[in-house]
Amino acid sequence: MIISKLIKINNSSALHRLKYKNLNFIRCFSDEAGSHFDIVIAGGGMVGTTLACTLGKNKTLNNKKILLLEASVNKPWIKSDKYSNRVVSLNPGTHKLFEDNGAWAFIEQHRFHIVKRLEVSDALSETSITFGKSEHTDTISYMVENDLVLEAAKNEAQKCNNLKILYGAKVKNYVLPDYHSDVSNIELENGEKFTCDLLLGCDGYNSSVRKAMQVDYVSWNHNQMGVVATLKFSNKFDNEIAFQRFLPTGPVALLPLTDELSSLVWSTTPQEAKRLLGISEEEFVAEINKAVCGPWKQSSTVLQATSAFDTLLRALNCSRDHSRKRPPKIESVEPGSRAAFPYGFGHASQYIRKGAALVGDAAHRIHPLAGQGVNLGFGDVACLNKVLGEAVYSGSTLSDLNHLKDYESARQKHNVPTMLAVEGLHRLYNTDFAPVVLLRGLGLQATHALEPLKKIIMAQGAV
Amino acid sequence: MKLCRRFPMKLQQKMFSSKTTIDPQEIALFEKLTANWWDSQGPLKPLHAMNTLRVPLVRNGLINQGVVSKENIYSCTPLKGLSILDVGCGGGILSEALARLGAQVTGIDANPSAIDLAKHHALKNNLSINYLFTSIEEHAMENIEKYDAITASEVIEHVTNKEPFLDACVECLKPSGSMFMTTMNKTIFTEVFAIYAAENIFDLIPKGTHQIEKCIEPEQLQRILEKNYLQTKEIRGMFYNFLTNEWCWCLPTWISYSLHAVKPKERGRFLQKQLIK
Repeated sequence: MIISKLIKINNSSALHRLKYKNLNFIRCFSDEAGSHFDIVIAGGGMVGTTLACTLGKNKTLNNKKILLLEASVNKPWIKSDKYSNRVVSLNPGTHKLFEDNGAWAFIEQHRFHIVKRLEVSDALSETSITFGKSEHTDTISYMVENDLVLEAAKNEAQKCNNLKILYGAKVKNYVLPDYHSDVSNIELENGEKFTCDLLLGCDGYNSSVRKAMQVDYVSWNHNQMGVVATLKFSNKFDNEIAFQRFLPTGPVALLPLTDELSSLVWSTTPQEAKRLLGISEEEFVAEINKAVCGPWKQSSTVLQATSAFDTLLRALNCSRDHSRKRPPKIESVEPGSRAAFPYGFGHASQYIRKGAALVGDAAHRIHPLAGQGVNLGFGDVACLNKVLGEAVYSGSTLSDLNHLKDYESARQKHNVPTMLAVEGLHRLYNTDFAPVVLLRGLGLQATHALEPLKKIIMAQGAV
Repeated sequence: MKLCRRFPMKLQQKMFSSKTTIDPQEIALFEKLTANWWDSQGPLKPLHAMNTLRVPLVRNGLINQGVVSKENIYSCTPLKGLSILDVGCGGGILSEALARLGAQVTGIDANPSAIDLAKHHALKNNLSINYLFTSIEEHAMENIEKYDAITASEVIEHVTNKEPFLDACVECLKPSGSMFMTTMNKTIFTEVFAIYAAENIFDLIPKGTHQIEKCIEPEQLQRILEKNYLQTKEIRGMFYNFLTNEWCWCLPTWISYSLHAVKPKERGRFLQKQLIK
């Protein structure tokens, strides 16, 4: 075995000489063209732009040239009184990332809303769970519009001297480094060519970088779509609670935006989603009120069992938090704010390869029922920023797998359990089979009663 | 340009003075490794992975010694302006990492093909490193008290006459300069795991790379350095997980360890020797 290895080494030395010469040639050529970057970020969405500005602001990376490629044109952001129907719930971990990279100041200047409590209930068993103190002293998440998050990140990114942003850059193909080279080659549809040491794929769930990396990807479509809209309540109040109710067709969630507006995310079957987009605004509002508060066909056995269990838990004095609020009545829907988008699950078995890494939806895609999707992506950004900073501070090259694998293992350790939990919840609540309804009802009650368990769930969702 | 000029062994020996500490057998062994030196998953992958420990060792060691200026500490080039001699640099795995941190690195090795490879690799990566095909004894003659730090990582276990080797290293060091070394301890654990198992069972490193007789205990190493008035700052154990190809610090120094020693501030070695006389 060893002898064969040594022979192999001797034989390959001639090849090596050739390899170095070729590589040198490529390197010189690309340097002359001025198109070599240390890091190229593919995809200028929320996660990609945030990654760009976070890396651009990292002191230990300030001698690195970074390029951000975005396929769409640069749309100027216009401040409007009307709220966008696409909002994200940023968890405290993401909030910290934005404070660190400076983008939070921009969001703070404009608008965001703090969610202080989360109430999740099951329409089929009338069981519920709450997160966050009943005194509304916790900060569970920050509701911010997608456009605003993107603009804040873009704003900070433009302050970085070592960062170049290229809009309207449609990528024709990526060629990742193989055994004989150390750089990735990127060719745009307009013929422009770039090389880089590290290619970061932030190009969403249809990632072309992932395809070029040839990693195993497990995916399936949920037979569900999300209907989004901006809703208006009949009166102003302290809108600090996010409500989520599991219906047999999927969860419906109300996420607070202001004292009288909430954002709707209604996950349902594609047929139902199509119907909801087609009906008049009055009918739509009636449907939502019914979905959020209306009665549902419940099994009497399940109700008896869950109320008995509730009495027992109260007798044992397990749960101290009995206050439960119902969402107020919805008065109207903002005109033109209705839209729908498909759901799916996706998981890349590897996030890294020689000279490349996947970030955000390119690596993982989940059901939005826990509002975790984009937060996992921002978690990736924070971790990758730390890992690359450490790599450079330890004299490594950016593409060094010894460091990149720290990113992969740290993120998979966090992402995979979260994804499985979310996918599990989706499947558990996607049925009206009575025994399952009973068990999940009892489970929800037990979880609600067990404070330490709730704390663990909160901690997993907060970073 | 021919990348690997192979020197006949006799010529090599002639090139160095008679007092050289270089072992021709060791050179022959490393010649064979030259082709795959920069393959981070190849036969030298433990050395590539070791950079995650030894580069921070040098960086933090120098920062803690106060030789790094304050504005550079958290910058991308913390070692800017410092001159470092990497003894036994080989293909330059450590030298390049230190150069990327801003240090002016001189790498010396007694293996001409490794030096050729190192020069080529540094050129390819736009790094200016002064690689020299020489021995530390030769180098020390013209470079007395010239370097802020000297690294000899995984080198001393390949040197037969350790005292003259270390004496020469210390001569090159500036007053209050730092000496960083990593090597293997002379213990039964090294013999069984790091030498026998690693070379024969797991095929991690080429057969015959290490000999237990040439390994040195930390106390022994410390004693030689203290004879040269170097003060040992720190001895730390290192552990290699061959399954994940990762190194980590550990308390026991049973197999691998690192050592950081510092030369006294004001008086040079020769002055001190004369004072004692």
